[in-house]
Amino acid sequence: MNVLRMEGITKRFGPVLANDNVNLTVRQGTVHALLGENGAGKTTLMNILYGLHQPDQGWIIMRGPPVRFRSPRAAIQHGIGMIHQQFMLVPTLTVAENIVLGLPPQRRIFLDLAAVEKSIATLSKKYRLDVEPHARVWQLPVGMQQRVEILKALYRSAELLILDEPTSVLTPAETSALFDIIRRLTEEGHSVIFISHKLDEVMRISDEVTVLRHGQVVGTVPTAKTSPRALARMMVGREVVFQLDKPHSNPGEVLLDVSELHALNDRGLPALRGVTFSIARGEILGIAGVDGNGQSELAEVITGLRRAIRGRVRVKGHDVTALRPRARIAYGIAFIPADRQRFGAVLDFSVADNMVIKTFHRPPFCRGIVLDQAAIEVHARHLAERFDVRMASVRQQFRYLSGGNQQKVILAREVFASPDLLVAMQPTRGLDVGASEYVLRTILEQRDRGAGVLYISTELDEVLAMSDRVAVLFNGEIMGVVRPSEASLEEISLMLAGALRQPPLLEPTA
Amino acid sequence: MTRLVFARLLPVWAVLLALLLGMIMVWFAGANPIQAYVELFRGAFADVFGFATTLVKMTPLLFAGLGVAIALRGGLYNIGAEGQIYLGGLAAALVGIYVHGLPSLAHIPLAMAAAFVAGGLWALLPITLKLWRGVNEIITTLLMNYIAILLVSVIASGPLMEPGAPSPYTPPLEPSAHLPVIIRMTDAHAGVLVAVALAFTLHFIFARTRFGFQLRMVGANPSAAAYAGLSVSWTLLLAMVAGGGFAGLAGASEVMGLKHRLFEGFSPGYGYDAIVVAFLSNGQPLGVVAMSLFFGALRSGANIMQRSVGIPVAIIFAMQGLAVLFLASSLALRRRLATAHRGEQETRQAQVIVGPR
Repeated sequence: MNVLRMEGITKRFGPVLANDNVNLTVRQGTVHALLGENGAGKTTLMNILYGLHQPDQGWIIMRGPPVRFRSPRAAIQHGIGMIHQQFMLVPTLTVAENIVLGLPPQRRIFLDLAAVEKSIATLSKKYRLDVEPHARVWQLPVGMQQRVEILKALYRSAELLILDEPTSVLTPAETSALFDIIRRLTEEGHSVIFISHKLDEVMRISDEVTVLRHGQVVGTVPTAKTSPRALARMMVGREVVFQLDKPHSNPGEVLLDVSELHALNDRGLPALRGVTFSIARGEILGIAGVDGNGQSELAEVITGLRRAIRGRVRVKGHDVTALRPRARIAYGIAFIPADRQRFGAVLDFSVADNMVIKTFHRPPFCRGIVLDQAAIEVHARHLAERFDVRMASVRQQFRYLSGGNQQKVILAREVFASPDLLVAMQPTRGLDVGASEYVLRTILEQRDRGAGVLYISTELDEVLAMSDRVAVLFNGEIMGVVRPSEASLEEISLMLAGALRQPPLLEPTA
Repeated sequence: MTRLVFARLLPVWAVLLALLLGMIMVWFAGANPIQAYVELFRGAFADVFGFATTLVKMTPLLFAGLGVAIALRGGLYNIGAEGQIYLGGLAAALVGIYVHGLPSLAHIPLAMAAAFVAGGLWALLPITLKLWRGVNEIITTLLMNYIAILLVSVIASGPLMEPGAPSPYTPPLEPSAHLPVIIRMTDAHAGVLVAVALAFTLHFIFARTRFGFQLRMVGANPSAAAYAGLSVSWTLLLAMVAGGGFAGLAGASEVMGLKHRLFEGFSPGYGYDAIVVAFLSNGQPLGVVAMSLFFGALRSGANIMQRSVGIPVAIIFAMQGLAVLFLASSLALRRRLATAHRGEQETRQAQVIVGPR
């Protein structure tokens, strides 16, 4: 029996097609995994199911007629519960208070907390959640807080629970405990949608998997009949969408030398575990991998935005491991960050000012302590022309540029000074085909000029097309370094899933 | 473009709306609103004494408003201007009383520099705690105010109290530390000239210098500032300490220009009014000049208005409060409209749309 069918869901945000005719069927009493990269459309689909967004087309069928939910409250009334990645709990209140928060009181205006606590204790016992109703939420460890969220949904009689990347905040032991709880939930007849991009967890817990990519369903398969390798391939795509005609690389001396790099992520957990590679002048080293396997941490450690806890980063033979970002910029390291609006630019600044955020303190943009506004604008006009940035004027606010033009501004700023090393992370994310091609071509030009390029992307096609060598990153380790022309997709898929480790090709020379 | 101009001028609309509502309050209080406003304006600008009072009332608001504005540009909330005023006043008084034999040209700058340093140091602890331990600067700067007020109280009523004085105040400052009077026969002193000059200097620093660019970048997007290789912490530290220094100058100008002694409780909350002035000016130094002039004029004209049409001065403070309320709600509204624009959001009613069978 199906507990949920979503049919033909289409949702557009401006020019971006977030969901494109998506169908999803969840059978009662099962765990259905929703797998896909960031930006594949998982979150949009679930927000539509939970009433946070309305679809442009398509319907939700649970019991009764096809519906659309105008609000979370409507979704909750239909028996849907959502456990967000960020918990929606008030830390200073008790578990019981958090659970009844927002519900109409049973006895006129007074809360009957004793009765609530009793029914929570019963629920907690039934599903063996071990949650203490009087405990204050701030005193509970993260895993327990998550169980409070689950209890909150159960208390509202949820039959279908959506867990949005539930393990991203958990330790391995807490993850195992969560999986036990999920199994008990399905035994009791509840159904679960499990959103993740971690292949091993999906294999462990789910009954069926639906893979999304670029807003479309790639396929739905029974977990028992698939493998991490097949899933990885579905996630990152297999058909080469575009062909770059790229001259043969001509690697020179070693430019960047990274050895035994270890670093922590924002939650203090290991993100890089002994990464070693090198890049030569005139070479593009691609980093392939499923999202969240240490890519951003790697880019940040190399550019100085994150500290390495062990290991060395050498540029042109100099040890830069202890240097701050500005000193590394002076060593010729340029960086195109993945999140261009948050890191790459100041939205409220003009285009001209954004062109000089790394160089405003030096001549010719600054004489003594005074900025030379005229020189800054001339420079911006020059770059805008060279990189074909479309805008009203260089004084226009960066915020009002289209995504492609924003990226061109960042690209122009990063490459105009002919950097030695260019770190590019997801440089085509969210861009249309024309702008993507422009960005990729510019990066290739940098390589041909003699720069080394570290090209990080979750788009496997793009990494393979762009790179001279490709390193596959899994769980903070490099599983192997291969040449795109020689490696089989088979091999790379295994490495993406962490199932194959190869002696890496450390030599940059072709 | 017109929408942009409208958004930039939001504070002006807020003030105008407050003035409009003020008319209704005046009318309720039983006076002719037009007549009351005319009296208010005449009181503030039409004769030399009124104008002098306007300048005197404006000066501490301007100094301290600049102090709040500098921090605001870096994205910090300096609620501690009141305390920094007290510390600045204390430092200026100490230099003014105990340093003898200097010419005015040396004594005045020395006392003002001492006030700047004292105000800056008073802001150093909150910003250090914020950068080092993540303690919210709104709370710490606010709490430091009480310490500063009581510290001055203790000093003015104890070790430094003028013998035989009826209430806690210190002996007078050396005449060489007095700020010169700029309009004969009035209280108007040179503090306002210093303050306006500093406002123009700050405007230049914000708009045209490296440090201004850096501060604006840190305030607008600290992540991007770090990415661009700037030291976010140093920038914030410098902005907060400089802000404290400017508020300290407000204390110095009150003590050196107006009272010529250090009184217990000498600031009736200029530091808090300064927050209003800075926010209504969007952190723009020249806006702070305009807003402090406006509020100075309201305070100066209010007494005349009270005498001639019998309207209580309190109405002025009600209008000040309304202006802030309008600005705050218009900012919130703008943010709300921006989110609503991006995508339909949570505030919808619980509703299910039923589709085809």
